[in-house]
Amino acid sequence: MNTSVSIAGITFKNPVMTASGTFGSGMEYSEFVDLNKLGAVVTKGVSLTPWSGNPTPRVAETYGGMLNAIGLQNPGIDTFIERDLDFLSRYDTRVIVNVCGKTTKEYVGVVERLSDTNADMLEINVSCPNVKEGAIAFGQDPGALADITKEIKKKAKQPVIMKLSPNVTDIALMAKVCEDAGADAVSMINTITGMKIDINRRRFVLANKTGGLSGPAIKPVAVRMVYQAAQAVKIPIIGMGGIASAEDALEFIMAGATAVAVGAANFRDPYTTEKVIEGIGQYMADNKVSDITELIGCVR
Amino acid sequence: MKIREKSAIISQECLCNGIYSMWIETNAAEYASSGQFISLYSNSDARLLPRPISICEIDNTINPGRLRLVYRVAGAGTDEFSHMTAGDRLDILGPLGNGFLAPVTERITPETVALLVGGGIGIPPMLELAKSLQCNVMAVAGYRSDKEMFLTKELEGAGRLIVATDDGSFGTKGTVIDAIRAEQIKADMIFACGPKPMLKGIKDLAEDMGIPAYISMEERMACGVGACLGCVCESTHIDDHSKVNNKRVCVDGPVFNASEVEL
Repeated sequence: MNTSVSIAGITFKNPVMTASGTFGSGMEYSEFVDLNKLGAVVTKGVSLTPWSGNPTPRVAETYGGMLNAIGLQNPGIDTFIERDLDFLSRYDTRVIVNVCGKTTKEYVGVVERLSDTNADMLEINVSCPNVKEGAIAFGQDPGALADITKEIKKKAKQPVIMKLSPNVTDIALMAKVCEDAGADAVSMINTITGMKIDINRRRFVLANKTGGLSGPAIKPVAVRMVYQAAQAVKIPIIGMGGIASAEDALEFIMAGATAVAVGAANFRDPYTTEKVIEGIGQYMADNKVSDITELIGCVR
Repeated sequence: MKIREKSAIISQECLCNGIYSMWIETNAAEYASSGQFISLYSNSDARLLPRPISICEIDNTINPGRLRLVYRVAGAGTDEFSHMTAGDRLDILGPLGNGFLAPVTERITPETVALLVGGGIGIPPMLELAKSLQCNVMAVAGYRSDKEMFLTKELEGAGRLIVATDDGSFGTKGTVIDAIRAEQIKADMIFACGPKPMLKGIKDLAEDMGIPAYISMEERMACGVGACLGCVCESTHIDDHSKVNNKRVCVDGPVFNASEVEL
């Protein structure tokens, strides 16, 4: 049985990854999950200098999901390379580094610092809804998205994944813009902008007022968007948004995703990634599927 | 060692209005210490995130051990837990966090006077701490009124107890800070858990007294294991892990030396 998939010439032992921001750099979850079993660890977004993130409360539960407005807190690229990438080098798994910045120059700066490291691929965060500058500002404007994709592709030594926002009118168009600008893959979806109000205190639950909605509640939206993008582009798609089981992951794969990522479900069960990998294998055995690539985009 | 398992509920009782006490049988007890917490998971997939609940008592005289969790019903998740009875199973992860004694750098001798201060639902973790400290223990507990008092008998059994109530219906009228000042309490160190304004008062008080204070912080959490950076608090110095003025309440805390955090 073959569970390996290939994206931009890089082979992953299975299609299951971690969604950026929900798994740190794997250190905390390595107590529960054997990182060697994962297709890839996708790290939390890293910027050129340390970022403090947003004030608290940063998280709130909603029905079947959660809102977060962490604000991309991270220790900066120097510490990240020294500590986090060094930690991940001990494992037999692919490493995808999520990159964020306030300006194109900052994104490119991080990308250049990563060129001689063990990062296998770069995921460019142009879709975080919780920071005032950068991120989603690039992801909601086709022209800006094309420009930053081209600038990053000029300098990047590793294949580039553009992570797309669902907070747009036409995500298929955004995927096409990335493909035309030279992106090697797209990942989707980042969180959907949401809000929660505490009616007893008559104020916003999150200090940031708005936050990104993730978890099972957003899965149908994410599957639909992956399907639409898959009809528009030839580059591989990494699908995510509410995956908590192998069945969820298979929906994304059948909609057109070459790989999938588990996010908020890690918070409910730290073993989710391993369970999804096992469940996909079980499905393939039960349904006599010898190669997982047969399932990619099989529903049209 | 963190245990993720379906634990068995041994007993559950309502202590007073909205405050519940639950004993669970769990392998997590073996690794638990005072000031740590347990993540409790709802049986409903609609409630994605665990509820962090502080450990009130640890019993390792039997195997597997038992943990006592005393909590306030604050929403749908804790309401669900409050309806569980003996024999029901509950998904847990723990013990989590550092605990009260982890950040203590001073030597605790039998002569040491430790002042334990709990406000409202910050009182439960003080009980296991009082039981585990091998020194002189004085406890101050703050409640809204005499109708909402709980764990007072257990705390009295572990040392001297002073009670403050907001409405003056029992003990000193006012806050725990008012009670400490009124009683002119002298101590070598303070341990505290409660609402943020109370912790701020304790921090200032400890500075006035020239003694250390170890405070247990609370913040909205998601993962509970240090990965998501949801539950940070502001630190006075740049934190070695985050490289910014933030510490993670779930793993760097919940107990901090008060001088290390901004309140």
